[in-house]
Amino acid sequence: MALHESTYQPKSRFAKWMDERLPIGRLMHTQFIDFPTPRNLNYLWTFGGILTFFLMAQIVTGIVLAMHYQASADDAFDSIEKIRRDVNFGWLLRNLHAVGASMFFLAAYIHIFRGLYYGSYKTPREVLWIIGVLIFVVMMATAFMGYSLPWGQMSFWAVTVITNLFSSLDSVIKGLGTTIVEWLWGGYAVSGVTLNRFYSLHYVLPFVIAGLVGLHLWALHLVGQNSPTGLDIKMKSDAVPMHPFATSKDAFGMSIFLLLFAWFSFYLPDYLGHADNYIPANPLVTPPHIVPEWYFLPYYAILRAIPSKLFGVIAMFSSIGVLLFVPWLDRSRVRSAKYRPAFKWFFWLFVFTCLALGYLGSKPPEGAYVLWARIFTAYYFAFFLVVMPLAGLLERPRKLPGSITEAVLGGDAAQRAPNAV
Amino acid sequence: MKRPDPAWHFAAVGLLALAALAGAALVHAEEIAEEHAAARQEWPFAGLGGQYDRAQLQRGFQVFQQVCTACHGLKRVRFRNLAEPGGPEFPEAAVKELATTWPYQISGVLDDEGNPIERLPGLADPIIGPYKNDKQARAAQNGALPPDLSLIVKARNLESHAPWYSHWLWMLVDVARGYQEGGANYVYALLTGYADQPPAFKQAAAGRLVEVSGTEVGDKTGIERCATVSPGEDGKPDTCNKLQDGMYYNVGFPGHQLAMPPPLSPDSVIEYQPDAGSKASFEQNARDITAFLAWASDPNLDARKRLGWQVLFYLVITTLLVYLVKRRIWSRLKH
Repeated sequence: MALHESTYQPKSRFAKWMDERLPIGRLMHTQFIDFPTPRNLNYLWTFGGILTFFLMAQIVTGIVLAMHYQASADDAFDSIEKIRRDVNFGWLLRNLHAVGASMFFLAAYIHIFRGLYYGSYKTPREVLWIIGVLIFVVMMATAFMGYSLPWGQMSFWAVTVITNLFSSLDSVIKGLGTTIVEWLWGGYAVSGVTLNRFYSLHYVLPFVIAGLVGLHLWALHLVGQNSPTGLDIKMKSDAVPMHPFATSKDAFGMSIFLLLFAWFSFYLPDYLGHADNYIPANPLVTPPHIVPEWYFLPYYAILRAIPSKLFGVIAMFSSIGVLLFVPWLDRSRVRSAKYRPAFKWFFWLFVFTCLALGYLGSKPPEGAYVLWARIFTAYYFAFFLVVMPLAGLLERPRKLPGSITEAVLGGDAAQRAPNAV
Repeated sequence: MKRPDPAWHFAAVGLLALAALAGAALVHAEEIAEEHAAARQEWPFAGLGGQYDRAQLQRGFQVFQQVCTACHGLKRVRFRNLAEPGGPEFPEAAVKELATTWPYQISGVLDDEGNPIERLPGLADPIIGPYKNDKQARAAQNGALPPDLSLIVKARNLESHAPWYSHWLWMLVDVARGYQEGGANYVYALLTGYADQPPAFKQAAAGRLVEVSGTEVGDKTGIERCATVSPGEDGKPDTCNKLQDGMYYNVGFPGHQLAMPPPLSPDSVIEYQPDAGSKASFEQNARDITAFLAWASDPNLDARKRLGWQVLFYLVITTLLVYLVKRRIWSRLKH
């Protein structure tokens, strides 16, 4: 970036020696110390850092848990109980890992909603956004497989229900769905074989996420961060160096989020889970209500809102797939919803829709719940397929400030402030 | 001329909806609060600061030993756990004595010649029940399986029945209070939920079944006893689900038909030692055994909550310091 010159000066002899061979110090300094960040970023921009923290925390607690966990249908449940009861601080590790998954999703959802509100997917950030969607998909797969590992009743039946979705492909090509399902299971039913392959993938996928996060950061640091005004950095006074400005703000945002994490880990470790998962898996007894973890409830509601199994499955996968096309579905010239008077309300209605679908996903699919799930599913897709293309063409955006500096300091002051720092 | 912003229409509708929602939630709040008051018991280990009451866990173990062990095991708890901190904390010598006089022996061990034998449990062994396996248990119990009780409190929950418009409010209240006692409330409701016989119903118009009060039952015609009533859909009459043979009526159990005979009864209270910290009664027996089983499900609760406050204290101080640093750094420029 033109505005971005490195001030890196290797100090020690070793640093100088390294700088000529593998300039990793220069890279870190340029990208995470000097890196220009818009001066007007609000706390919603701290969630990228929070997500990075949770990825690392999940990997660290996960690796230690894996040292004690036994991935077999006979021993999995008992080994989790041994971790809870007999391993030193095993109860803490397990709570941090289980609650950490929920916090990871909470932070990811806030991060995604922030991107949608401020138009962070719009040019030139399309690839950045698409990599983000891919991270989200891999994250969901990882979480789903992780939930199977305790091999409790909900683990077992969630795996049974979700893998069985693929059998709906039988209505497209006879035998295709069954073949895929048997291939996923490694047999003719969900069994210890299924558990073992899920464990293997649950261990490896987080490292795939880490790789994708690297690409996500690369794409981000190439084009620079979006900002609440939706304006890019145009002059020196628009930006501040990442350290200590963005880093100190990130640290505060993260501390607040860690308080929430600790609250759930120590006082409500089982609140976000389901009691039935403390019953060992039993293929002969189906729980009265099979529900996924809270972060999958909206998709579960969409799945069950559609009367046809095949189209329900298609709708569920499309509800995430549609995110890939958001950069081109949105026809607005203005990025930030702050300056889009009509879109803003459609956005908040969309947030409400996601919450409502989450609630409906936790309820049995009967009576008024189905009707409302259909209404909200319709709006969920309408937001992407109708609102996004049309709102940009029909609404009259509010006047944009000339620059980030002008938005912060007002029109005249911008002339007098060539440098932020 | 400024055009009227269409956003204001949404704003007005949204605000009205929100006001209606809050109003409805408040109107309903009292009803839910009553439901909670009836279902939610007070536990010493409840909420943010709660810890187990040693004396209660000891009384609970007494009830477990005298009543529950007739059919149930507690295989994930080992005898030594009974002496460890955070639990009933019996003296180790007493626990050793208890293990070696336990009525059930450990099987599946081999002697020096390789023959399967049974031996007495020691401190490191699980607290086992009378049956060697599920098949044996079912054979002895008319086909019903008495579950292992190690996780029974964690594996059950008492769901709140708040409607959609106040559901989120109660969720927030529970999160703020650190409510995790759904399982204990369920077990207590079940242990105290037995009744002599199911309520009486009589036929009303259009095939509906209506519950009748005690005085009306004297008139025998058309009166049925129903454990539950399944409402008939699409104009069909209601179905009376009668109590099956060998089942017991229990309002705390889903479906109200339970194979377990009442383990506790007001007529045969488990008496406590004079220094046990509480007078024995039917309700107290139920409360104490539930507390003991809550500990069996979650033996690290005391340590978890104590450490929780230390972590939160540390985090609050850190957050405060980080905020001051951040404010100082950003005070250099307008933002």
